Amino acid sequence: MATVDSTVRAGAPARAPGADATAGLSPYRLGLRRLRRNKAALAFGALFLLIVVLCLCAPLYADHVAHTSPNANHVTDTVVVGGVRKDVVSPTGQPIGPTWQGRFLLGADQNGRDIAVRLLYGGRNSLEVGFLATLLTMVLATIVGIVAGFFRGFVDGVLARLLDLIWAFPVVLLGIALGTALALGGISIGPLHLQGNSLLVPAFIIGIVYIPYVAKPIRGQVLGLREQEFVDAARVGGAGPLRIMGSEILPNVAGTIIVFVPLMVANAILLEAALSFLGAGVQPPNPSWGTMISDGIRLIPSAMHLTFVPGLMLVLAVLGINVFGDGVRDALDPRAKVRLEEHAEEASR
Amino acid sequence: MTRFVVRRFISMVLVLFAISVMTFLIFQVIPNGDPAQRMAGRLSTPETVAAIRRTWGFDDPIWQQYLTTMKKIFTGEVISYTQQVNVLDQIWQDLPATLSLAIGAGIIWLALGVLFGVLSALHAGHFTDRALTVAALVGVSTPVFLLGAVALYFLAFKVQLFPNGGYVPLTQDPLDWLYHMILPWLVLSVLFIGIYSRVLRSNMLDTMNEDYVRTARAKGISERRVLLRHVLRNSLIPIVSLWALDFAAVIGGGAILTESVFNLQGVGQYAAESIRQLDVPPVMVVVMLGAFFVVILSAVTDVIFALLDPRIRLAG
Repeated sequence: MATVDSTVRAGAPARAPGADATAGLSPYRLGLRRLRRNKAALAFGALFLLIVVLCLCAPLYADHVAHTSPNANHVTDTVVVGGVRKDVVSPTGQPIGPTWQGRFLLGADQNGRDIAVRLLYGGRNSLEVGFLATLLTMVLATIVGIVAGFFRGFVDGVLARLLDLIWAFPVVLLGIALGTALALGGISIGPLHLQGNSLLVPAFIIGIVYIPYVAKPIRGQVLGLREQEFVDAARVGGAGPLRIMGSEILPNVAGTIIVFVPLMVANAILLEAALSFLGAGVQPPNPSWGTMISDGIRLIPSAMHLTFVPGLMLVLAVLGINVFGDGVRDALDPRAKVRLEEHAEEASR
Repeated sequence: MTRFVVRRFISMVLVLFAISVMTFLIFQVIPNGDPAQRMAGRLSTPETVAAIRRTWGFDDPIWQQYLTTMKKIFTGEVISYTQQVNVLDQIWQDLPATLSLAIGAGIIWLALGVLFGVLSALHAGHFTDRALTVAALVGVSTPVFLLGAVALYFLAFKVQLFPNGGYVPLTQDPLDWLYHMILPWLVLSVLFIGIYSRVLRSNMLDTMNEDYVRTARAKGISERRVLLRHVLRNSLIPIVSLWALDFAAVIGGGAILTESVFNLQGVGQYAAESIRQLDVPPVMVVVMLGAFFVVILSAVTDVIFALLDPRIRLAG
């Protein structure tokens, strides 16, 4: 999105005024300053933040405005719209559309559940899966990338092959494989037991699937960093491998990690939606944007709001974090441009 | 060259082996619970489960289980117990629809991705570039199944410009085939067009700063010729290798979402329906063969690229 930078490259003269004001500022300070100038990125970041806050307020909305819960059935209930009493779900099975009032603000689904309430609770689940998956990806990928790049040799060989193996599977395919296999029995990771219908299962799956897309670039960067003088200096100073990795290498790849976070959140939310749409993600009756779209898609001709409402919310959230992430990337590393996309391009098919 | 091909072939075989082991682990070993029960599906009798345990050898040592599973997949003996069909037969029957979708969409997204990327690079910073960037961002942020559903609602249901999903075999009626494929092709292409145009844009902007481009300009070659002959040509290499991988992934099951939205009855939709019923055997076979296909095609692409560009041979 940083059009300023692209005009510079296309041959326009670089801007000179104020250049002295940047002297002595850390790269992150400079990045923050550039990000603050990027109004589009900030606006879209605010949009994403707004959606997050709205979804966090889901219980408040459910209790005080809609007076229902996300899985409560109102098939046989009626609601008064504009002085007229209407069925929530008509005798022919047609759910009510948006009423634009407290109850059934955005209509009901075929089970008579309040769409607006489910949208917020579903958003909570989608975002939770997205954030947890991103956290898992970033932590594991950073460790794997730094260790592989720092030690090279045998350790790198083993880790790189493992990454290649995950990489060889198309993202959605690996996701549905794990999703289908784990949906029935769940999984035990050491002392941690996940039930098949737990929200942590899709978060775990998505977190694993994206590791190579982050670990590979970090590893490449560490391969270069470990040859630098400051690493030698630390070694001469008596620092062990753990200390060098932690306090010499890690701060130098922090920029890459920061740039990847929004991109991964966007991709994780999209993959959650895709897996839930296919039935290999969030398991019913838990709502998520993906399961809501999946439920609604068969009824599109008669009740398109079932699909379009969660769909629009999903696109706005992902677009918000994507544009913001673009801004962060341009701000921290104006020359990197689309390089990251090449790595994560498989992400959202 | 022979050494390169042999080396690439050996590494391909190793990856294929590793994929088969990983598929086996994912489906038979990692999850909690009884693998025979999982194979049998949700609605199964104890007799079926016992029979599955016997034929799949779930009481054998683990390496023997692996061999049994692989033997069953490659001899086409895997049966979906929920749907009572032979999995490999079903995949074979569904393959034409998947190929139709992938080939058509692949051509469209490569052509439009390059076109929009060049336009964006030529007008970098101006209105066309900004508009295309916004469009690409929206395209990348929209899940393909949502886009498909919206397209079907407006263009097939409201306006009735296109058929409401479904697949007509090419051999049966080529025109009707085309009529049914256009919308799925376009919808599947959107995401890739968004990615490719942005990658190409940045590649071209980077290439424009290279010395040989300045040399070409200095020689007095027209700007148009510089861009098409010198900049675009060199920026296309990564795009084409990206395309080969994506194309393989789409055939290998990546179009699963598009297929099920448009009811194309391809391999992907078969997998999607199986997932919905948590019918494990078809998912296992589709996932493994899909990953195999991607690995084999990427090895073939590497060899072709090495033939075209000697530098790759030396580096690899």
